[in-house]
Amino acid sequence: MSYVANTAEQRAAMLDACRAKSVADFFSVIPESARPRSFALPPPKSEMETLERFRQLATRNYSHLTCFLGGGIYDHYIPAAVDALASRSEFYTAYTPYQPELSQGTLQAIYEYQTDICRLTGMDVANASLYDGGTALCEACQMALHATGRSRVVLDGGISPVYRTMLDSYTANLSIEFFQTEIAPGPTNRAALYEALDDRTAAVILQNPNFFGVADDFSDIVRHCRERGIRTIVSVYPTALALLKTPGEMGVDIAVGEGQPLGIPLAFGGPYLGFLATTDKLVRRMPGRLVGRTVDRQGREAFVLTLQAREQHIRREKSTSNICTNEGLCALRAHIYLSLLGKKGFKDLAALCHAKARYARDRLRAIPGVEILDGHPFFNEFIARLPMDASEAAGQLVEQGLAPGLPLGRFYPNMARLLLVAVTEKRTKRDIGMLAESLDAILNQ
Amino acid sequence: MAVIFDKSVPGRHGVSLPACDVPEGLEIPAALLRQSDAALPELSELDVVRHFTELSRRNFGVDTGFYPLGSCTMKYNPKALEAVAALEGFSDLHPFLPQLRHGGMLTQGALQVLYELEKALCEIGGMEAFTLHPMAGAHGELTGMMLIAAYHRHKGNRKTEVLIPDEAHGTNPSSAAIAGYTVRPMPTNTRTGMLDVVALESMLSDNTAAIMLTNPNTLGIFNRDIERVVEIAHARDALVYYDGANLNAILGKFRPGDVGIDVMHINLHKTFATPHGGGGPGAGPVGVRANLEPFLPVSRVVKRADNTFSLDYNRPLSIGYVSPFYGNFSICLRAYAYIVLLGAQGLIEVGENAVLNANYAMHALKDAFELPYDTVCMHEFVLSARRQAERGVHAVDIAKALIDRGFHPPTVYFPLIVKEALMIEPTETESKETLDAFIAAMRAIAEQAEHDPDVLRQAPRTTPVNRPDETRAAKAKDFRFPEKAG
Amino acid sequence: MTPDDRKYTKSHEWIKVEDDIAVVGITDHAQEALGDITFVELPSAGESVEAGTECAVIESVKAASDILAPVAGEVSEANTTLDDSPEMINESVYEDGWIFKLRNFDEAEVEALLDADQYEASLEKDD
Repeated sequence: MSYVANTAEQRAAMLDACRAKSVADFFSVIPESARPRSFALPPPKSEMETLERFRQLATRNYSHLTCFLGGGIYDHYIPAAVDALASRSEFYTAYTPYQPELSQGTLQAIYEYQTDICRLTGMDVANASLYDGGTALCEACQMALHATGRSRVVLDGGISPVYRTMLDSYTANLSIEFFQTEIAPGPTNRAALYEALDDRTAAVILQNPNFFGVADDFSDIVRHCRERGIRTIVSVYPTALALLKTPGEMGVDIAVGEGQPLGIPLAFGGPYLGFLATTDKLVRRMPGRLVGRTVDRQGREAFVLTLQAREQHIRREKSTSNICTNEGLCALRAHIYLSLLGKKGFKDLAALCHAKARYARDRLRAIPGVEILDGHPFFNEFIARLPMDASEAAGQLVEQGLAPGLPLGRFYPNMARLLLVAVTEKRTKRDIGMLAESLDAILNQ
Repeated sequence: MAVIFDKSVPGRHGVSLPACDVPEGLEIPAALLRQSDAALPELSELDVVRHFTELSRRNFGVDTGFYPLGSCTMKYNPKALEAVAALEGFSDLHPFLPQLRHGGMLTQGALQVLYELEKALCEIGGMEAFTLHPMAGAHGELTGMMLIAAYHRHKGNRKTEVLIPDEAHGTNPSSAAIAGYTVRPMPTNTRTGMLDVVALESMLSDNTAAIMLTNPNTLGIFNRDIERVVEIAHARDALVYYDGANLNAILGKFRPGDVGIDVMHINLHKTFATPHGGGGPGAGPVGVRANLEPFLPVSRVVKRADNTFSLDYNRPLSIGYVSPFYGNFSICLRAYAYIVLLGAQGLIEVGENAVLNANYAMHALKDAFELPYDTVCMHEFVLSARRQAERGVHAVDIAKALIDRGFHPPTVYFPLIVKEALMIEPTETESKETLDAFIAAMRAIAEQAEHDPDVLRQAPRTTPVNRPDETRAAKAKDFRFPEKAG
Repeated sequence: MTPDDRKYTKSHEWIKVEDDIAVVGITDHAQEALGDITFVELPSAGESVEAGTECAVIESVKAASDILAPVAGEVSEANTTLDDSPEMINESVYEDGWIFKLRNFDEAEVEALLDADQYEASLEKDD
């Protein structure tokens, strides 16, 4: 398959116009000694053959399992209109809106998306998106370090282990000291966290609900940190924000999160959507693109990329971040998704997830040998302690068509029996019943 | 057009949810709940569909028309790639599935895609290993710099500087700085448009961790001294980083690995035709030579003796995690489908036709505009509107005038080393008719600049807005739509 | 055009000594090159600066420029009017658009900088 338009005759005419004999003339600038030693790729395929090949590959994935996996990435329903609208090629075949006259669609959509994120998080200002929730957390961390001129960051034990390892990697060459409070399933240990703070601490990083599913109100921690000039960063689950106290209400400085639950396919890890929102005070330290509303020469409302002087294409080595491409199409999807669900729909959805998770917890609690990590508020995810290795149990349940949850031993060897169970609106009472019965069967029969 | 929040009608709703089939009730203490509902709009599904359809009509994509945005490779994005990405076996696959016992077996199709794409990119770049984890070109650069830092740290080298040509993309110095390096810009030879090798030799020291190169560079010129540059760098144990932003030009004609380049990234959304999405998502896989392989991010897809695939997390020298899972999987998937469709022959034709189209347009325009570096170009070329600027018509005016003639403008004011720069990249998928129409438009604009410059300064006239006030935007700081009181 | 009651740097700052205080700003040439200024990041009072080091940033829509301290000293005051009205630099570059003031500086260091004629000559050389 080739997507080159010009015919041999046209190419010959074009070569003539360039006074070249063949295209080889253009490539004569590449020295003989630097020519490819090999270019051994298979021959071309037709579209039909290619699609068949990928259909075959796709069937080798167990995407049909009844999914109770979460841990930051959730199997929510995506309304058909999200795909239909995001598939309009005026959106997806455009690039970064450098020419506002040809990009008002993208620009207004981003402005509206920024508004969505502000309204969800209760923060003053949100950027046009980052790669994912983990890189958003890394960028937030840099913002706090620059804003305070300090060099130490304290991580609460409840943040995602995936994000913790990303933070470690990103800062390996910088003189930044991380301190991690003890990791234990349950809510944030205030005393341990406060003890970890000192006058070199730039920021405290928290997550709500935390990796173990526990929902919290960090207002007290925010106050404590503010008195010491320490910034607070909270990573949030956007769907939970339909119900839970917002980072803005808690007074946090930077809210970040993974936008995947907002209408973005699971797609084996991406592309996803990092969102980042902050206070007016920190807006100039914010990484990435930002859209602002203004007027054009005739006084008409218009949208443009703004505060670009912070960015890499102008500031080069002095920019706030190196980000250039963001996840524009994913931000568009999130905005379409939130617009379709609307004020009431989004809240109802969150309530549905919560009710189903409660039901799942009650069903699992009734299984002899299963213990629920209980007594703490949760949104749609909770921990079950099994009388056996959780990964082994999960492996057995796969054969019955279930992905029963995330076994935590992979991240924390001392938690090998813990299973993190997430329940979205897609799981029916029957699915949940099947999970409980199958788990009961492998544990007790 | 009105923002979506202004169209909201209290009580209206779009998507319907399934009825709750379990006991209802909120088990969250009031102190943990938000005070008021998030003020999302209240609209019917049709309201939402009309809103976004109208927005889409105020946008211009490759499917709309010619989009010669230099350095961005705005080629046609085949629809087959979207069909592949939409296959449920891929789109509905949870990234934590491999964490279940024997979970790799649940995702064999996806792992095979990643494995085969990595091998294909190795062959295309002449590298020995690739990681697909970086989620954009700039993210690839940062990953590459982290790999270089890990390599030097492992060797006990203490090097603090990275040398970067002054014509480079802004992300290069930014990525190097964020990885902890001091950046020193290297001058471009004003005669050849290539990196000045004498300057390189004088700036290179034992303190140089790496040099970052784009080849062909942002002027569209291939650096024929590339082998010499690598040799000079390696003599000081400095590594050479290759920014693959412009790889489209040289597919099958030059492989960075063959000349000893140590680390490179590829923008899948440029060379491998995945859609640009209005500013992402993209993907920026990073390739390395064998001696840097141990430092690549966790995890790696490996092929076992029985031809099954698994994920290797046991990598003690790795720089760790640069993305939460396996990179932007569905972008990688599209890129791999593109490689399968085109095959070796198709990819070679991509480079040849991208270069032919660029040279054709350059020849047809170089008398109407100043061509600061008059030499064979690769996939793109840079004109200067300096001559027109003397008549008060700047690069920006030419860009806006092109809009009225139905074209997306080229990249303007970049690279920074060319005054009034117009950076034009036609790509291989454009036909001679399209190029001829664009050439005619550019020549007409050059002509108009001589006689009727005022008209150009007032362009564009055919768009919903005309030159938004950017100064006002920067000062007004209106980044979100205000919520109505009550 | 270029006032001769003060000294200049090649990096386009001016410095004017008023008793034991030196006022610093940017030149008309610099403000012209930057265009409409949208933001100024000011140094904090009490901060010590070295000659030639960055101590403020001026942003316009398309550019950002570091302001270097013409001489060593201690920042005694920053022009906080610029927080709300950065355009003051465009409007009154040699008077109300000053950026910061220094104390505890060495007057001889100021004397050694360019005078108005020398600065204008340096501009011609650049073009």
